[in-house]
Parts: sequence; structure tokens; C-alpha cells
Amino acid sequence: MIRQQSGLLAYAFLGLLLFVIFPLTLDPFRLNLMGKYLAFGFVAIGIVLTWGYTGILSLGQGIFFGLGGYMMAMFLKLEASAPELPDFMVWSSVEQLPLWWLPFKSAAATLILIVVLPVVIALPFAFAIFKKRVGGVYFAIVTLSLALTMTVLIVGQQGYTGGANGITDFKTFLGWDILGDRAKLVLYFIEITLLVLAMFLCGFIIRSRLGKILIAIRDREDRVRFSGYDTAAVKAFVFCIAAVLSSIGGALYVLQVGMIAPGVVGVVASVEMVIYAAVGGRLSIPGAVFGAILIGFSKSYLSETFPETWLFFLGAVFILVVLAMPNGLASVADRFMLRLMLRNPPSRKQ
Amino acid sequence: MQVFNGISLFTILLLMALGLAIVFGQMGVINMAHGELMALGAYVTYFTSRFFASHLPGWMDIYLFVAIPLAFGVTFLGGYLLERGFIRWFYNRPLDTLLATWGLSLILQQAYRTFFGAQEVNVPLASWLSGAWNVTENIQLPLNRIFIIGLTAVVAVGVYLLLYKTRWGLAVRSVTQNRAMSEAVGINTARVDAVTFALGSGLAGIAGCAFTMIGSTNPGTGQMYIVDSFIVVVFGGVQSLVGTALSGFTIAQSQTTLEYLMSGSMARVTILLLVIVVLYYRPSGLFSSKVRA
Repeated sequence: MIRQQSGLLAYAFLGLLLFVIFPLTLDPFRLNLMGKYLAFGFVAIGIVLTWGYTGILSLGQGIFFGLGGYMMAMFLKLEASAPELPDFMVWSSVEQLPLWWLPFKSAAATLILIVVLPVVIALPFAFAIFKKRVGGVYFAIVTLSLALTMTVLIVGQQGYTGGANGITDFKTFLGWDILGDRAKLVLYFIEITLLVLAMFLCGFIIRSRLGKILIAIRDREDRVRFSGYDTAAVKAFVFCIAAVLSSIGGALYVLQVGMIAPGVVGVVASVEMVIYAAVGGRLSIPGAVFGAILIGFSKSYLSETFPETWLFFLGAVFILVVLAMPNGLASVADRFMLRLMLRNPPSRKQ
Repeated sequence: MQVFNGISLFTILLLMALGLAIVFGQMGVINMAHGELMALGAYVTYFTSRFFASHLPGWMDIYLFVAIPLAFGVTFLGGYLLERGFIRWFYNRPLDTLLATWGLSLILQQAYRTFFGAQEVNVPLASWLSGAWNVTENIQLPLNRIFIIGLTAVVAVGVYLLLYKTRWGLAVRSVTQNRAMSEAVGINTARVDAVTFALGSGLAGIAGCAFTMIGSTNPGTGQMYIVDSFIVVVFGGVQSLVGTALSGFTIAQSQTTLEYLMSGSMARVTILLLVIVVLYYRPSGLFSSKVRA
């Protein structure tokens, strides 16, 4: 009961923060930065679902984030450089647009692919892996090496992917200038609307019967399997949802930031995404978004203010969270609420 | 020549992976800070060479023989303190260890940057190590690489003897196989854990020392090798050191062979994908032990 109430409060607070406080108090530049942190919020929500509730730790969420981001960037780049080839292809003397770039000439196809492609990739992979009962640490390391693979691939195929510089230099989305202050405000609102939708979707999954099965899988997978559930299918499904969310986050990130580079695909970025969820609370959806905002903000703030020592802070935060707050800030908030409510039990008010 | 390049890549990977495999296999600890321990070993080697250059220039040629035990000793001690003060709070939570040691590795990297500087440092190569051994007209084998291969062989044999021929090794192996039972027969598992972790760290230190002979060191050096070493360990099967050695060999050889046929990055991608495919068929590695968990 109390946990539910504190969850509702967290949602309400987050809503207030996102829809009212941030747009009113932050200047366009800061709001844009906030939009950047929130793009990671999508990934963090997915991680709550997969890691917190199902017990699958993927250290390769950056892959899907990058997938969505690169797809969006390819579309924007083609629009920016039409009718010619993107500049980095010309530099690498690629003569013709590669076949797999062609779908990204169309906005509709791009938007559809941003949602569909992660599923097409994640579903067979996850289903096969989970069918073989690769789990826990092994799954984490396999996804880690996939993230590494993707970085190496992107950096290596300079002519097709922009290499280490990534894809940059685009200004318009369907002829609409995305770099202006007004556009940034609109983008921000589109992003938080989608974010809220994603939060409700995941909240719905967690509260449904499926959510119970997820928790059961996390705690005793073999018993769930013996009860007749196809745990591999369930886990693959959840993994796909997380993948799609990451991909959407990546696409929004590109719209907000105006570029994508292999850095957000790689191992370091992928591990950091897990940390967002861990700091906020791996069992709390609004907590994960708070985590993304907090870590994103402190990363920017500390690296600007203390460029020498900010990694100390970041590392210490990771360790402290794992050591002292296994369920992140959300559990601290829960405990605080609990104490508050015990002091003023609702019954006394009647 | 390709084979030889493969072997030299293999030796560094093996030194790293052996330490990881011991720690991972025995205690279930995923140490993401292992790479930073390797960097520590490299820095120790660097400072030893600096000390010799300024105080004992005549002995410069043999500084390595001081640096290797010193690198081992410092990282061994570092590992021991780390286990006592940090790692032991995370037992039985492998995924949490992964995150916590990741945080630790960030802190260590920053510490190296703060104390040792962000620039790359180079260790001067001893004169008897520079140059090459001309096997035939066309084949030249660099001496420093041969030395590293020898060093790795000695270390690998040493680890083998330690684990399979001593009482302490027996204790380690029994704790690996059945912790509760070992505790019941009077093995001090906490101490075994601490020393095992320290040994794994010490091996990383030696890897760092060997690394200075072929590359320059910077605060981020460790991170470049950590994922690769993990892949080697997982590919070989966590609880089998022979598996680790063979998988390191396979990966390094295929990598250098493929590099000959295609571009470096594509070779890496191919190897990583191959490893994932193999892991699909053998989820617990190529040489998993048949012990029931």
C-alpha cells in the first residue's frame, strides 16, 4: 500500500518536474541537455524491466540505443546532403549509396525501422540465447562483447558509418529546422510524452500477470519452467521491449543532440546505462528516469566544474549505490515515505 | 610470422586472462578493475626503470628482473587489500560486483591520471631485448616478444604448480568446487579468497609489466584489454585454466590470421561473432568442467 503510494508520488513529482518545472526554469540550452539525459531514461526504463524484474543484465543496451540513433542520423544525413552523397562517404571515396542506406531516404520507413529493427535483431538473438539457458554473468559478457563488436564495426567501416567521428552536420527533419530554440522545446515535449507513455507501458507490464511471471523468473527460473511456462520466450519478449525503448531513446537523442558517434554504442556507455537504472533504483520505473537525470546532470556538472576529479565522484557513486543501496534511490525514498506515514498513520485522520 | 604474432598477442591475453579466470572461477567475482591492476603493474615497471635510469644507470640492463617481482608484489598487495576492504562485501552477487568494480576501475583510472599524469609513458627497452633473432633471411623474431613468451611460459607453469602441486592450491581448488564442504573440513575460506584474489591481481601486475615492453602505458590502458580478457575467460570455460590458455591461444591465432586476410577491424568483428556462436553451442565455455554446481 505504502509502496504504491510512494510510487504514485514519485510519478507525480516526476511529471511536475518534466512538464512544468524544467520547461519553465531551464533555458533552451539546459533544456536541450535535459532532453539528452532523458533519452537515456528510455534505456534505463528498459533496464528496470529486464534487470530489475527479470534478472537479465544486458551490458549491451548501447547497441540498441546506437541502432535507433544511427537510423535517425542516417535519415537526417541523407536529407541534409541530398541529392549528393553524405560528405564522409565522399571522403572515403564511396561512389554509390550503399543498398542498406536506401530505406532511410523515407521518413516513414525510418520511423518504422526504429521500432521494428531492434525487434528483428533482438528477438532471434535473445530467444536463441535464452533457449540455451545462457544467463546471468554469461549473458552480461556476451552482450558486452556484442557492444564491443558493434563499436569496432562502426569505427572500421568509415565509408559507410562515418567511422569514429560518427554522423554529424544535419539541421532539418523533413524540412523543419531542429536546431532552433523553438524546435528544441517542441522536441523536448515530444520526448517527455513518449517517455511517459513508455513508463506507463512498463508499469502496466509489471503490474500485469506477466509482471508476476517476470519476478518469478528472476527469483527461481527453474520452477517457473517446470510450471509449464516458456521462460525463454518471456525473457526474449522483455528483452525486445527494452531494445525498442533503447532504440527510441537513441533516435530522440540524435534529434536533441544533433549527432551520433560510436561512443554511445560502446562498452563504457552501455555499462553507464545500467548504472542509471541502478542509481535510481532497479525496481522503480520513475526511479530509473530520476537516475538518468541525476547521473546525466552530475556528469555534465562535475566534468565542467571539476574536470580533474569528477571520475572519482562517479566511481564512488557506483560503489556506494551497489554497496549501500542495492535498490537505489527509490528504496531510500520508499523507506523515507514509510517512516513519514508511520508517524501519521492514515487511520488517525478519520 | 603470423603464427608468431599470434603467439605474442596470446601471451599478453593469457597473463591477463589467467588472473581473471582464477578470480572469476574461484570466487565468482567479476573484476572489471582487473585492467587497472594491469596498468598498475605497468606503472610500477615504468617507475622502476626511471629509478634505475637516475640512480643505477649501470644496472639499467637488468632492471626488468627487479621490475617483474616488484610489479607482482605491488599488485599482489593491492589485490589483497582490495579483497579485504572491498570485494568481500560483494560475494554471491556477481552482477553487483561487476558494477561496483566498474566504479572502482573509474576511480583507479582517475587516480592514475591525477598521480601519474594523463600522458602516455614509455619504458626504455633493455639493450639485450631490442633487436631481433634472424631465424632465416626473411623471418625475424623480435627479442622482446620472445622474452615475453618465455615469461608467460614460466608464469603459467608456476601457476599450474601452485594450484596443482601445493597444499594451498588444493585448498583453492576445493573451495572452488564446494565452498560449504571446504569450510566444514576446516579450510579458512576467507583467507583462501583473499590470497587467491591477490594472486590473480599479481598476475595482472606481471601482465602489465610485460605490456610495457611492447606498448606505451596510459591511465586507460587497462580498459582496452579488459573486455578481450573476459571473452577469453568465458570462451575457455570459467573454471578451467587449461581452457583459458587454449582459448586465449585460439582467439589470438585466429585474430592474427584473419588480420592477414582482411582488415583489422573486420577480423576482430569476425572473432567476436565466432566466440558468440561457439558460446551458443557451449554456453559454459569450450572446456567447462563437468562438476555439478
